Amino acid sequence: MTVVTIIITVLGVTASLALYRVIFGPTSWDRLIAVNLISSKVIMIMVAAAVFFKRRIYLDVALVYAIIGFVSIIAISKFLEGEGTNKK
Amino acid sequence: MIAYLFIFLGLVFIFFGTLGIIRFPDIYTRLQTSSKCDTAGAVALLVGLMVREGLNSFSLRILIILIFLLLTNPVATHAIARSAAIRGIKPWRKKKNVKGG
Repeated sequence: MTVVTIIITVLGVTASLALYRVIFGPTSWDRLIAVNLISSKVIMIMVAAAVFFKRRIYLDVALVYAIIGFVSIIAISKFLEGEGTNKK
Repeated sequence: MIAYLFIFLGLVFIFFGTLGIIRFPDIYTRLQTSSKCDTAGAVALLVGLMVREGLNSFSLRILIILIFLLLTNPVATHAIARSAAIRGIKPWRKKKNVKGG
């Protein structure tokens, strides 16, 4: 009980600290970096909950969440690379 | 005991990575600490959870997630850095100090 409490508390507190960079980030890429970090932390919270609470379904949810996060990060970074101009 | 050692190591990596996200002055330096936090912290934490769980189908699924994270995190980091470099973001330089530092 105590170990899973410590893990989830540390991950949640650091994710909410990274939320500062999402809100006040100077450029769009800072926000993208912080969103990537929060997504990775949510995956780790899911795996820790699956191990300590013996729920097998959380691992599948974590894997699908990892795939969707990766595809969205690649898509948003390719979108910010162009941004309406005809530059190469 | 070894499992808890790995978990503690992962939590330390994650904490200092997030501290770097808040404190560093530039996109590229923030990206560097973010990459360390993602790969090293996640790998250490998931290896610790695998060691605690033992050798069964449960830890095999954790291994699949671990290999996926290990393959995709550097690709995502490189994509963000490439897009920022193409759009012309300059790297951060230290300002010229008056006292010659």
